[in-house]
Amino acid sequence: MMPDLGKYAGDVFAAYGITFVLLGGLIALSLIRAARIKKRLQAAEERRKTNG
Amino acid sequence: MIRLLMRDLILALRAGGGFGLGLGFFLILVTLVPFGVGPDSERLSAIAPGVLWVGALLACLLSLDRIFALDYEDGSLDLLATAPVPLEGLVAMKALAHWITTGLPLVVAAPMLGVLLHLDGAAYTWLIVTLLIGTPALSFIGAFGAAITVGLKRGGLLMSLLVLPLYIPTLIFGAEVVRRGAQGFDVMTPLLMQGGISAGAIALLPFAAAAAIRISLR
Amino acid sequence: MASLWEWANPRKFMTWTDKALPVISIFAAVLFLAGLIWGFFFTPDDYRQGATVKIFYIHVPSAMIAINAWLMMLIASLIWLIRRHHVSVLAAKAAAPVGMVMTLIALASGAIWGKPMWGTYWEWDPRLTSFLILFLFYVGYLALWEAIEDPDTAADLTSVLCLVGSVFAVLSRYAVNFWNQGLHQGASLSLDKAENVADVFWYPALVALAGFVLLFLALVLLRTRTEIRARRLHAIEMRERVQG
Repeated sequence: MMPDLGKYAGDVFAAYGITFVLLGGLIALSLIRAARIKKRLQAAEERRKTNG
Repeated sequence: MIRLLMRDLILALRAGGGFGLGLGFFLILVTLVPFGVGPDSERLSAIAPGVLWVGALLACLLSLDRIFALDYEDGSLDLLATAPVPLEGLVAMKALAHWITTGLPLVVAAPMLGVLLHLDGAAYTWLIVTLLIGTPALSFIGAFGAAITVGLKRGGLLMSLLVLPLYIPTLIFGAEVVRRGAQGFDVMTPLLMQGGISAGAIALLPFAAAAAIRISLR
Repeated sequence: MASLWEWANPRKFMTWTDKALPVISIFAAVLFLAGLIWGFFFTPDDYRQGATVKIFYIHVPSAMIAINAWLMMLIASLIWLIRRHHVSVLAAKAAAPVGMVMTLIALASGAIWGKPMWGTYWEWDPRLTSFLILFLFYVGYLALWEAIEDPDTAADLTSVLCLVGSVFAVLSRYAVNFWNQGLHQGASLSLDKAENVADVFWYPALVALAGFVLLFLALVLLRTRTEIRARRLHAIEMRERVQG
C-alpha cells in the first residue's frame, strides 16, 4: 500500500506532517473558540431573558 | 498650514522633542555593524549601501510615534481636527515636519557614516540622492502608521510591525540604486521607481492617514 | 440587487450558514482528503524530482489560497467601508488567520521541497520573499485587530490598513522581482497553462485545490459565525455592565 518514496521519504512526510499539524491546529482552535463563544452567548441570552 | 509646520518644528526642536535622537541612533547602529561583521574593509564596503539604508529607515521609525501621540494625549489633535484646515493637510504638514527634523539630518549624516563603512566613492552621490528621494516616503508612510495606532496605549511596537513591511519597496529601490551606483551600473530604473513610490506616498497616504485619525477620534 | 445584500444580513447569514456549513465541511473534508490521498498514493514520481513532486499537492493549493485570502479580505474590507456590512468585515477578520496559516504552509512545504531540489531551504527568490512579506502583512493585520478594543474602530482601522497594505504588497512584489531574479519556476497550475503539467499530476492537484478552497470556505464561515456571536456577546455584556 505504501508508495515507495525513495530517498525523499523524509521530506515528503515532513511536508505533509507540517500541513496536517498546522491545519489541524487551526481547525481545532476555530472549533474550540466557536464552541466557547456559543456557550457564553447562550448563557448571556438566558440571563437577559430571566432578568427581563 | 505654514503655521502648523512651524509649530511642529518648534515643538520638535525644543528640549525633550526628541530631535537628534534618530541621528544618534543612526550613528550607533552604523558603529555597531563593524563589530558584528568584522573590520574587513572589503566586506564592509560591500554591505555599506544596505546598512546605511536600513539604518536610516530604523532611525526614521524611532521618532514616528511622536508625530501624533503627543498632540493626541494633550487633546490638541481634537482641536486641530476641528480646525478649518483639512485634516489631510495637517497630516501632510506633520509628516513634512517629521521629515525635516528626522529625514533631512539623516541625509546629511549618511555620507559621513559612509566613510566609516568604506562606502565606494562613486556611490556617495547616489546615497544622498536616494535618501533625499526616499526619506520623505518613509516619513509619509510612517505618518500613516502613526495615525492608525494613535489611539492605542501601547501603539509603538505595533506601529513598527505595521510600518516596516510598508517600507520594503522604498528600501529595496533605495539600496539598489546605491549598490548599482557603487558598481557603476545604470541606476535610472530603480531611481525612477523609487521616485514614483515617494510621489505616490506623499500624494495618497495623507488621505488614508487622515481617515484613520478621524476614525480614532470618533 | 437587494437580494444579494440580503445574504449578508447577520441573522440571515446565521440561518443559511447554519444549513450550508455542514454540507460545505463534508465536501471540503472529502475533496481535501481525496486529493491528497490520490496525490500521495496513486501518482507516479516525477522523473527529475522523484517523490518530492508529491509535496506540490500541498504547496500549490496553499499558496493560491494564501494570496486569494488576502484578496478576499481586501474586497470584504472595501464592502465594509462602503456599505457598512458588519458581516463583511467580520469575514475579513475570520479569513486572516486562515490565510496566514496557508502562507505558513506554502512557505514550509516550499522550504522542505527546496532542500533536496535547490540544495537550500531558503533562497531570497522573489516568490519566496513575497510570501514572507505577505506573512508579515497578515501578522500586522491580525495584531491591529487584537490591539483595538472598540469593535467598530477596529473594523475601520484594519480595513484601511488592508487597503493600504494591498497597494504596498503589490509594490513589494514588483520591487522584489526587480531586486533578485529567481530560482522559482513560473505558475505551475493555471488553467491556460495546463500543458505544462502532465495529466497524472494535474487531476489530483485540481481535486486537492478544490479541497483547499472548500476548506478555506468552511473555516471562514465557521469563524465568521463565531465572530458574529462574539460581537453579540460583547454587546450584551456591555449593556449588562451599564445596567448594573
